[in-house]
Parts: sequence; C-alpha cells; structure tokens
Amino acid sequence: MSALLSVKNMTHYFGGLRAVHNYNLNIAPQQIVGLIGPNGAGKTTVFNLITGVYTPTQGAITLENENIKGLETNEIATKGLGRTFQNLALWRHMNVLDHIKMAHYSQLTYGLFGAFFNTPTCRREEAHVEENSYRLLELFGIKQHAKQMVTSLPYGAQRRVEMARAMATNPKVLFLDEPTAGMTPDELVQMIKIIRQVHEDFKVAIFLIEHRMKFVMDLCQHIQTLVFGEIIAEGPPEAIQNNPQVIEAYLGKEDLT
Amino acid sequence: MELARKFKLMFSNVPMLGWFLGTLVAVLIEYYWGYDHISYYLGLPKIPVLFGALIMLKEPLMIPGAIGYDLIVYVIPILLVAKLSASFTNPLAAVFERLPLWLSVIIHLVVFYAILHLWSGINDYRILIVKLTLVSIILTISINVINGYQGEFSCSHPGFMALGAYTSSIITLVLFVNDKVFGPALLPEAFGPWLFPFALLAGGVAAALGSLLVAIPSFRTRGDYLAIISLAFMFIVKSAVENLDVIGGARGMGGQPDYAPLPIIFIWTMLCIWVVHNFVTSILGKALNTVRDDEAASESMTIKTKKTKMTAFMFGAFWAGVGGGLFAHVLAYINPGMFSINRLAEILAMVYFGGLNSIVGSIVGAVTINVLGEALRPLELFKWIIIPLILIFVMIFRPYGLISFKEINAKRLLRAKNKNMDENIENDLNKDMVKGKLGV
Repeated sequence: MSALLSVKNMTHYFGGLRAVHNYNLNIAPQQIVGLIGPNGAGKTTVFNLITGVYTPTQGAITLENENIKGLETNEIATKGLGRTFQNLALWRHMNVLDHIKMAHYSQLTYGLFGAFFNTPTCRREEAHVEENSYRLLELFGIKQHAKQMVTSLPYGAQRRVEMARAMATNPKVLFLDEPTAGMTPDELVQMIKIIRQVHEDFKVAIFLIEHRMKFVMDLCQHIQTLVFGEIIAEGPPEAIQNNPQVIEAYLGKEDLT
Repeated sequence: MELARKFKLMFSNVPMLGWFLGTLVAVLIEYYWGYDHISYYLGLPKIPVLFGALIMLKEPLMIPGAIGYDLIVYVIPILLVAKLSASFTNPLAAVFERLPLWLSVIIHLVVFYAILHLWSGINDYRILIVKLTLVSIILTISINVINGYQGEFSCSHPGFMALGAYTSSIITLVLFVNDKVFGPALLPEAFGPWLFPFALLAGGVAAALGSLLVAIPSFRTRGDYLAIISLAFMFIVKSAVENLDVIGGARGMGGQPDYAPLPIIFIWTMLCIWVVHNFVTSILGKALNTVRDDEAASESMTIKTKKTKMTAFMFGAFWAGVGGGLFAHVLAYINPGMFSINRLAEILAMVYFGGLNSIVGSIVGAVTINVLGEALRPLELFKWIIIPLILIFVMIFRPYGLISFKEINAKRLLRAKNKNMDENIENDLNKDMVKGKLGV
C-alpha cells in the first residue's frame, strides 16, 4: 500500500531543545489517523513541521511521493494539506462567506491585472468561487450565517467555518488540531458527525490531534501516542487503549505496593 | 436624534439623481444670482468662498448674512428640489437601473462633474481647493491600501509622493519645456497634454519601485519597527532630493506646465477609486485583510503572504506617486520640504479620520480635513488645536475612523427609491446593525 503522506525520521530542535525525535508517519488515502499525548508532548509542533510553519532539522516529508519539506507554507497548502488551528485562527473583520472564498486563493488564475480592472475572466472566476463557497457552507450547515461576521458567531459555528475553510483549499489530507477543544458534549457529537461526513463526501484522509478519548476511539483507524516528542505507542484504537505505556503517560505509574 | 430620524425618513425616497438635481439648481442659482442679488442684499462683500466659513471667522458681524446666504443658495433649493423632483427623478433612476451599471455610473459622474465645475468656476481659490482635495483623495485611498487594508503602519507616503512628483516633473520639464536647467524642449509642446498621463504613470512606477525598500523589510517585521523603517525611508528620499542640485536641491523645482486642469484631475481620481475598489473587493485584494488579521492562517489557506504584502506596498505607492505627480503640476512648484513630516501628519490625519479599510471613508476624510483646513484658516494657530481635537474625539468614539470597513455599492447608491420603500429601509437598518457589531 503506497502512503499518501509519509514522514520519515523527522527530528526538530528549537535551539538546544529537542522537540520532536525520530518521528515517523504514514497516512494512506482516506485513512483517519489520530495523534494523542499529554500537554507539551509536541503534537502541535508535529503539525507545524509537516505543514511547513517550521522546517524540520532532519528527516523527509513526502506527499504522493513528492518532497514537500522546505517549501513555503502556502505552497504545501496548495499541494494538498489543509488544516485548522488549536485556537481558532479566523480573520476577525471578515464575514463567513469571504472566509470560504479566500481559501480558493490558489485556484484563481486571473492575476493582478484582472483584479485591478475587473476583467470578465476575473468576474467569471469569482462567480464560480462564490457558487462553490455556498455549496460548502450548505454542507457544513452554516449557510444561514454567510453574511455574518465570524466574531459574532457561536463557538461551534466558528469551528465549522474553520473546517469549511480548510476544505475549500481542496486538501488531500486534512489536519485537525483539537477540533473539539472547548465544545459542549452536544457539539462534540455534532463534530463527530461532520468529520465523518467530510471523510465520506470528500474522500479525504484526516490526521487529527485530540484529547478526548471517546472522540479518538470513535473516529480513528490508527492512533499514535506522542510523549516528549517521541512516539511511544502506535496501532489500532483497542491496542492503544490497553497499552500500559500509554496509561502510564496519561495517568502516571501504577503504585504496586 | 429624533429629528434626524424624521429628516432621514422624509428624504428617504430621494434617489441620488434627485440630490444631484437639487445641487445643480443651487449651483446655478449661485452662478447667476449669487453675486448680483443674493450676496449684495445680504450685505456680504462677495460670494462666500467656502460656505461663508472664512467670512464668519473674520468678521463675526457677517454671520447672519453668511448663514442666510447658505440657506437661500444651498440648503433650501437643494432640499426643496430634491424632495419635489422625487416624483420624476425616481422613474428616471429606474430607467438608469435598467442600463448597464458602468453606463449609469458614468452618467452620474458626468452630472457630478458638471456641478463641481460650475461650483468651483466661481473663483480661482475654489478651483485650487477642489484640485488639492481631489489629489488628497488619491493620496488617502492609496495610504488606506497599506495602513487600512494591509494593516501596516507605514509612514513613507510623502516619500512615495516625492518620488512620483519629481519623476513626472522631470519628464515634463525635459520633454516639453524650455527649462533653464534641462535645456530646450525635446518634443513640441502640443504633445504635452497627451503624453502627460505617461509621465504620471512613470512617476507611479518610480514610487512603486521605491516602495520595495519598505516592502521587503515588512516580510520580517511589523508594527512599530516597520513604522520606523518607513519613516526612515521618507527622510532618505527627502535628504536625497535636498542634496541633488540637478533637480534644484532644497530650492525646489518650478515651472511645471499646467497639464493638470480640473477635469484631468477628476478623471484620475475616479480612475484611482475604480481600480482600488476593484482590487480591494476581489479575492486577491481581500488577501490583504487576511494577512492583516492572521498571517499564519493566511499561509495555511494557500495565500501567498509575501506577494500580497509586496503588492499592497507597490500598489499603494504607485497611486501615491501618481498623486504626487498631479500635485506637482497643480502647484507648478515643488521642494523637498513639502514632502516631510507635516505632509505625513496631514495624510495620516485624513486616513484615520475618514476610516480604515474603506474607500468611502478615505474620500470623506480627505474632503473633511482639506475643507476644514481651508475654512479654519482665519483662526491661524488655533486651527492646529481644533483639527487635532476633532481627530481625538473621532478616535474616542470611533476607533477605526468615521466610516470604516464599508465598501461602495454603486448599484445600491444609485437605485430608485420609490418602489418597496419599506424593504429598503429594512435593508438599511440591517446593514447598520451588522456595522454596529463591527465597530467594537
């Protein structure tokens, strides 16, 4: 089975601090992989390394057998890595529709001349983007908020906007950084539904960081546990659930006396 | 408040065309009877230049006369004609609505220009004010691209302006004027007005290239540090020009031919508004806002942030250069001192007063600060206390400026207002609400 996204022996240092050590990852098309680990384990750093926010000190990253290490973040995103952020990263002076439209940036071809003089090509492409954006909004159930400012939306809806925006970039792998952080149990169930739907509708592979075990066990086909920048356990959900090392990392050592 | 609401309701059925007609009547009244009859009987020495502000401040005894003049010439005819003509301007506006939007906009602009031409034609002082105000509009919109849409704090605008002003002046002086320094004209003078746009464009391009000196540092730094860098750029340009004797040094450079009459400046201003409007409402232009609001998120959403920043700076600087070129040809004299910290303060005041992230705001800001600056001239020193005070109050009550985060919607602006009026009012209310949420 050839991997869609593969990371080999990735190591990264922040100055003298080794944040990630010998990290390996293989994601097959349409697979859902989860990354768990205690606070400060380096989960978000792994995300940032793969999506190009930082360039890893060592290691290789390939997407569909094509090297993506060392490219600019926007180039990596264009190649097919979409992501959401742990703390929402929305544009606070923009409405919901514009958010989705903006994520089509790399699909535009009209150039600056087109933008300055509002040429027919420009108008045609923008109309197409708008149509596509409404389709996405409908899919994520936030069409009624299209013209509202993102800052005026409830938290759950903001999360959806972020996901819809990530999907608008046409990703092959979707990176979700704690998609349920700060959500109520109701919203959590909704989120699981949405992620399942995205997975089915877009045939996209998903790589997610999560703290809530129920969520991870429910969704993921493969789970990695990261502690102090190293993978200590990897496998299907059942295996991880009963792995003593994982339990130790989360709950501390069992007192045997 | 209640009164203002009633007033708004009463005139809510007047389309833009109606207001234009009212203003046209007012301007015609001033043109034909302003001096001989109205100002004479009111005891005014001449037609008040800026709605009587200058006369009122100089001679308080004339206040009733000046107010009377404003009422008789402007307020009453405009309101009366606008309201009474609504019954036929509305169907006319409805006809225009069926035309393509660009045609309708051009017709409205022609009417507007006719009004402006008649009004400013009364005396040379008005023409100068209108010309400088139009140039200020270009400058304010162009700095809004950088400081508002892109969200950097750039202080280099006078520098860009100087680059544009000097480049275009050198071109016109070398080519079309028998100058003491640059020698005899290279081309016949008749070509001048036709080739002048290219001189302006060259000025714009020079400014855009110069802006790279500020744009490239902006990849790595933001906020205060970039402000210092851009301020340094402004002083570099100023000192460089001061020390170049070929172009006059600190003495300045004069004798630019008069290629910038009112219609030319008006056309350039409208062109600037149109192009900037197209840009900032397109997805490529909105990328400026995303980079301002969250750069990391923009990168992850495939937006090329470096290209976007460079575009913002070069585009803003280009129009500043064009504005500078027009400025030089309006005054027919420039010196490095004109492009210094005072000019910067003026431009920043206009853009922050008017409103960030909005072309309408920029226009309002440029017009207000310019007209106030002229109208309060008799107060001399106090002018520089009153205008900053107004600015402070605007900043307290509207931190983003008077009209911020609002784009022109030409269709909405020009539409007829008689049919389904309630719906219109409701729309307006909704819009206000959305805006209210924004103005946090």
